[in-house]
Amino acid sequence: VPALLDGLFNGISIGAVLLLAALGLAIVFGLMGVINMAHGELIMLGAYTTFVVQNAFKPLGSPWSDFYILFALIAAFAVTALVGLLLERSVIRYLYGRPLETLLATWGVSLILQQFIRSVSWQFTAGVGLFCALFFGAFSLLSRRSNFERIRGWAIAVLLPLSAAIAFTVANLLGQSFKLAVTKPWFGTQGVDVTAPKWLRGGLPLGGYQLPYTRLFIIALTIVSLIGIFWFLNRTTWGLRIQAVTQNRNMSACLGIPTKTVDALTFAIGSGLAGVAGCAVSLLGSVSSNTGQSYIVDTFMVVVIGGVGKLVGSIVAAGAIGTISYVIGSNALSPFMAFSPVLQSVMEFFATASMAKVVVFALIVVFLQFRPAGLFPQKGRTVEA
Amino acid sequence: MTRPFKRREFLILGSTVAGSVLLKSCAGEQAGTESGTSPSPGSSPAAGGSGGTIKVGILHSLSGTMAISERSVVDAENLAIEEINAAGGVLGKKIEAIMEDGASDWPTFNEKAKKLIDQDKVVAVFGCWTSASRQAVLKVFEAKNHMLWYPVQYEGQECSKNVFYTGAAPNQQIEPSVDWLLEKYKGKPFFLVGSDYVFPRTANTIIKAQLKAKGGKVVGEDYVDLGSTEVTPLISKIKTAMPDGGVIYNTLNGSTNVSFFKQLQGAGLGPDKYPSMSVSIAEEEVKAIGVEYLKGHFAAWNYFQTVNTPASKKFVEAFKKKYGDDRVVNDPMEAAYIGVYIWKQAVEKAGGADDLDKVRMAALGQSFDAPEGKVTMENNHHLAKFVRIGEVGEDGLFKIAYETKEAVKPLPWNQFVPETKGYACDWSDPKKGGKFKSA
Repeated sequence: VPALLDGLFNGISIGAVLLLAALGLAIVFGLMGVINMAHGELIMLGAYTTFVVQNAFKPLGSPWSDFYILFALIAAFAVTALVGLLLERSVIRYLYGRPLETLLATWGVSLILQQFIRSVSWQFTAGVGLFCALFFGAFSLLSRRSNFERIRGWAIAVLLPLSAAIAFTVANLLGQSFKLAVTKPWFGTQGVDVTAPKWLRGGLPLGGYQLPYTRLFIIALTIVSLIGIFWFLNRTTWGLRIQAVTQNRNMSACLGIPTKTVDALTFAIGSGLAGVAGCAVSLLGSVSSNTGQSYIVDTFMVVVIGGVGKLVGSIVAAGAIGTISYVIGSNALSPFMAFSPVLQSVMEFFATASMAKVVVFALIVVFLQFRPAGLFPQKGRTVEA
Repeated sequence: MTRPFKRREFLILGSTVAGSVLLKSCAGEQAGTESGTSPSPGSSPAAGGSGGTIKVGILHSLSGTMAISERSVVDAENLAIEEINAAGGVLGKKIEAIMEDGASDWPTFNEKAKKLIDQDKVVAVFGCWTSASRQAVLKVFEAKNHMLWYPVQYEGQECSKNVFYTGAAPNQQIEPSVDWLLEKYKGKPFFLVGSDYVFPRTANTIIKAQLKAKGGKVVGEDYVDLGSTEVTPLISKIKTAMPDGGVIYNTLNGSTNVSFFKQLQGAGLGPDKYPSMSVSIAEEEVKAIGVEYLKGHFAAWNYFQTVNTPASKKFVEAFKKKYGDDRVVNDPMEAAYIGVYIWKQAVEKAGGADDLDKVRMAALGQSFDAPEGKVTMENNHHLAKFVRIGEVGEDGLFKIAYETKEAVKPLPWNQFVPETKGYACDWSDPKKGGKFKSA
C-alpha cells in the first residue's frame, strides 16, 4: 500500500507542476484565445525573480531568509504580470483574431526575452533605457505639435537613428570607463542557483518512502492558486466581466464593459500566474534562460487535452498526464504484471523517461482522434464565434 | 495621397542613416584591432595572416542551449590568445581570433566551419563542445585537411588526423573514477543515469563493460531527454533498484542535473547512502545547481580550480582579473587554454602557421606546463593528462579526493569494449594512422 500511495503522490505532484505551469496559459489561451509562445519565458522570468528576491533576503539573515519564498511568490506574480501587461499593450492587442501572427510574434518575444536574460547588464540597461527615454520622450513632445501627422515619418527617420546613436555611444563610453563593473551580465548564460529554504528541504517520512516538502509545497500552492482563480472569476466584478467578454465580446461591449481593459487585465493575470509557476519550478529544477522552453510544450498539451476554455479540463488533464507518465516511466505497474512475463518485459521496455514521453504523446494523439475538442469541450453557439 | 511617398522616403532615409551608423561602428572596431597589432618587419605576409597577424577561428555556441557551457570556454581561449599576444605573439605575429556562433545547432556548426576555413582562411579552429557538434564538423575538417582543437572530455572511439583532443579520453576520466568507486564502495551496486545522446550512451557501454570485467554490479540504467526537468520516475527507480543504498554514476548533461540533484535530496537520497560520481559537473555547474544540493557528491575531471600548482594559481588569477572575481574556472576551460598554447608551440616549432601538415607533426610531443600539471601531446592526438576526483565542499569548490602521480596516457580506442579492444592510433607514422591493431 505505501508503494501505491507513493506512486499516487508522485503522479499528483508531476501533475501539480504541469497544472501550475499551465494555469496561466489556460486563461490566456483558453479564455482569450491568444497563442502565447512566450508563456514559458514568463515562467522563466518568475524563476529569475525568485533568484533576485532570494539574494536580496540573504543578507537579512534568519528568519527573513527562511521565508523569502513567500515574498518571491508575490514579487514573481507582480513582475511577470507587469511584463505581461507591457506585452499585451505593445504587441498582442494589435494581433487579436490573427492566431498565426500572434504565434510568430510571441515566439519572437520569447527569443528576445531569452537573450535579454543572457546579456542584460548595467551597460545594456543604461543603453536601452536611454534609447527609450530619448526616442519616446521626443516623440511625445513632438506629438503635441499640431502638424504632427505630417511630420511623423520624418520625425521617426531622424529620431530613431539619433537616439540609437546617442544611446550606443553612451553605453560604449560607460563600458570603457567602468569596465567590468557595468559590462558584466547580471545573470549570464550560465544558470543561477535557487536554493529552497531550510524548511522546504528534505521530506515527510512515510513508511520507507519520503514525500519531498518541495512537492507538498507545490501541490498546496497549486490548490491555493486554483481556489484564487475560481474565486476571482466567479465572485468578483472583474472576474465576471472577463467571463462575459470571453463568451461574447460584442454584446459585452454594447453593455458597457471596457473590453480593452478586460483584455489587458486577463493577460496580466495569466502572465502573473506564469510567474508563480516559475517561482515553484525554480525549487525543483534549473533556472537558466532555457527554463521556459522545457515547459511550453507540456503546458499547451494540458490546455488542449483539457479542452480550450475550461479550467476544470486543465485540472483533470494535468492530473492524468502526470500520473500516466509517472506510472509508465517508473515501471510502477510491474509488480502487478507478475502473471505474464511478456507483458512485464513490454512494460520494462517503455520504462525509461524518453520512452514514457513517447507513450504519453502517442496516447494523446489517439485520444484527440476521438475527442478532438478535449476532455471538456465548450458547448453552445459561442464555440462557433 | 502623399502617404506612400512619405513612407518610402522614410525607409530610404532611415536605412541610410542606420546603415552609416552601423558601418561606422564596425569600421571603428576593425581599426581598433588593427592598430593593436604591429606588423613585424621581415615576416612575409602568409596566406593565413594578412599583414602581421595569424588568423585563427573560434567556433562555439554563443547562443542556444549549449551557450551556458561554451561561453566560458570562449573566455578561456580569448584569455590564452590575449596572453600570447601580450608576450609578443607567435613568431612575432599577433593572433587574430575570428569568432563564429554555432548556435547549439549542428548544421550551423558545419556551415560556420566551412566559412572559417574557406572565407576567413584561418590556420586553426578552436571549438565545439558536444560530441554531436564535433561530429558535424569532422567531415569538413577531414575533407579540407584542416585542423580542429577540441577542448572537452568525450566518449572516445574516434581518432582523427585533423582533430587534436585536449580534453580527457575515457581512460583519463571515466575508467579511473569507476576503479576508485569500486575500491571505496566495495560490493555496492551501481545505477547509471545519463542524458539521451551519444556521450552518455557510449560512456555507459564502457562503464558496464568495465564493471563486468572487475566484478561490479549494475542494477539499473536510465536515460532522460536532454533538457528535460521531470526526474521523479528516475528517482523512484533508483530507490526501488537500490533500497539499501548504492553508487549513482551520473552522465546527465545540462539543466537536467539541477532537477536531478534538487529532487534527489528532496526524496531523501543523500550522498551518505547514495554517493554519486558525475562527469559533467564542474565548478560552474556547482554554482548553478547550488552547493546545498551537491555537498558530498563526487566529480571526476583532470583539473579543478583548487589544484595547487603555480600554473593553476596564475591561470585562476588571470581569469578572475579579466572576467570578474566571482567567476570560476573549470576543466574544459583549462583544456581549451592548453589547446591554444600547444598550437602556439607547434607553430613555433614548425616555423610557420600555414603548412598545416608541418604544424600537425610539430604538435606531437609538445609539452606544456598546464594548470593541471605538465601535459604532453601524444602521437594519437590526445593529451597525456592527470586524473583527479573531487568532492564538492561547502564553498562550492572541489576538495581533491584522489589524483594520479603522473600524467595518464590517453587511449582513444576503448580496451573494455570488444569491438575496439586491441586497437590504437598513431599519427606520427603514416602507415599506422587513426586505427590500427596493436600487438
